[in-house]
Amino acid sequence: MKNIGAASLSENRVSDYNEITLRKLPASHSISIRDLNVFIGNNHILNDINLTIPEKSITCIIGPSGCGKSTLLKTLNRMHDETPDVRIEGEVYVDDENIYGNNINVIDIRKKMGLLAQRPCPLPMSIFDNVAYGPRIHGLKKRKAINQTVIQYLQYVGLWDEVRERIRTSASSLSIGQQQRLCLARGLAIEPEYILGDEATSALDPISTRKIEEMFLKLKEKYTVILVTHTLRQAKRIADHIVFMYMGRIIESGPTEEFFNNPKDKLTKDYLSGSFS
Amino acid sequence: MRYIRLVKDKSARQIMLGIAIFSLLLLLVIGLSLFLKALPIVKEKSLWVLLTSGNWKPFKGEFGFLPYILSTLYVSILAIIIALPLSMLTSIYLCTYASKSIRRIFEPVIDLLSGIPPVIYGVWGSLTIVPLIADKIAPHFVEFSSGYTVLAGGVVLAIMILPLLVSVLLEVFRALPKEMTEASLSMGATKWQTVKKVMLRRSVSGIIAAIVLSVSRAFGETIAVLMVCGNIPLVPHSLFDACYPLPALIANNYGEMLSMPSYESALMLGAFLLFIIIVIFNGISRLTLNQIEKRYSL
Repeated sequence: MKNIGAASLSENRVSDYNEITLRKLPASHSISIRDLNVFIGNNHILNDINLTIPEKSITCIIGPSGCGKSTLLKTLNRMHDETPDVRIEGEVYVDDENIYGNNINVIDIRKKMGLLAQRPCPLPMSIFDNVAYGPRIHGLKKRKAINQTVIQYLQYVGLWDEVRERIRTSASSLSIGQQQRLCLARGLAIEPEYILGDEATSALDPISTRKIEEMFLKLKEKYTVILVTHTLRQAKRIADHIVFMYMGRIIESGPTEEFFNNPKDKLTKDYLSGSFS
Repeated sequence: MRYIRLVKDKSARQIMLGIAIFSLLLLLVIGLSLFLKALPIVKEKSLWVLLTSGNWKPFKGEFGFLPYILSTLYVSILAIIIALPLSMLTSIYLCTYASKSIRRIFEPVIDLLSGIPPVIYGVWGSLTIVPLIADKIAPHFVEFSSGYTVLAGGVVLAIMILPLLVSVLLEVFRALPKEMTEASLSMGATKWQTVKKVMLRRSVSGIIAAIVLSVSRAFGETIAVLMVCGNIPLVPHSLFDACYPLPALIANNYGEMLSMPSYESALMLGAFLLFIIIVIFNGISRLTLNQIEKRYSL
């Protein structure tokens, strides 16, 4: 039995990696969406989306179910490529590069985006291998460097102390809240520039939700965080900017305080007062 | 009204339990009746001699099953060795890479292939595979081969179980949670990396189940193999020797066996051996599956 786990990742070495060195970000570091239209089959899902997402902050996309929030998020890392029948028109600039332009390598785009899905979905391998997965597929081979990365990001999400004894056991043995933090660590290990969260706390209990929310607040110091959420309170708690969508259109967007205290559109007012959800 | 509902529920449960037990009993009954029919020959000769002897001379009263047992194993194993990689790659392609229109063409064709009667595969094999082996392939390796060989049996059998394997594997791969492949892809993994590191890993138990299903089918396949494998009761020493699997033995001799009591009993022993091989094989694979499921805690 291989049981390298906690033994070879010895304790004295661990302390060396306590300080996390995150990758330096490029000078221009923003997402701007221009005239984006998305069709799935014959359905017009996103309608003339124009949006600029401010860097190093949390932007929450809110709106009723089926308004296109998740579809919008998926256009950012080109996950629509994997589904047939999706047609995308318009431009999405990430770091001044149109990701729907010619000569774009999808892998490079996705490497910039760390995705946190609705339900935590650990890969069918050990806790260690889950975090090591990203670096390994992008060509990291040295065992020492991989160990370092894994420990670093498990510490960053506060999971290291909880799992160090069983780091070689299957990731599906973790609780669902731990799994979600593991997935965050896994996403961070590819050293993205953006964090995308697709209702990332909707499957979690309140305590795990708070832990993840705290992670997002910590992350926005270094990353641009874009979250889809259906809980207004969560948006209020953590967002810097709000984008309100309805029926595939952006109805209103702006800084959180202004958005909640002084909504301009009638639809926004109705939504905030709970007339529909 | 409430009472009747409960009675219906209870009686339905009992009836279904009865049916389930009946299907289990069938297995035992088949095994037992084959065994009883085979008993005279086992009493007459020792079982050890019957299983390890290579001499098959019914008219002298010599019944050695070794060539049949080995032929059955060789042909089936060869078939799975050929068919497994092909079917894996086919189903991976159809499941991950192929566009909708390609799938729409291929999947009905695969279903159609599995519906073709074995005798057609047999005829086709003896018209194309056998001469191909005799004229083109065998001369590179041996001095003479009729073409009716272990290799021909294996190839024809592989082609026969291929559609079955592909359709089962497609189901296995489709059962994977979509979020899992998306998680891998969203990190910038290529499709091939996702296939190797996530899909196959997660599907190990399903793949083994597919292999078990198709090998069990291969063990029992009679007519197509019978038509191309030569039917000579000698232990095959190479891919280019003729062979004689158990199902072919039974099918070929069933008509004449009534003339000699010990011959009938010997053929029944053949059937019983085939039955046991399949039971043991399924048992072993069930155990392996349990082990794998435990290890990956799926």
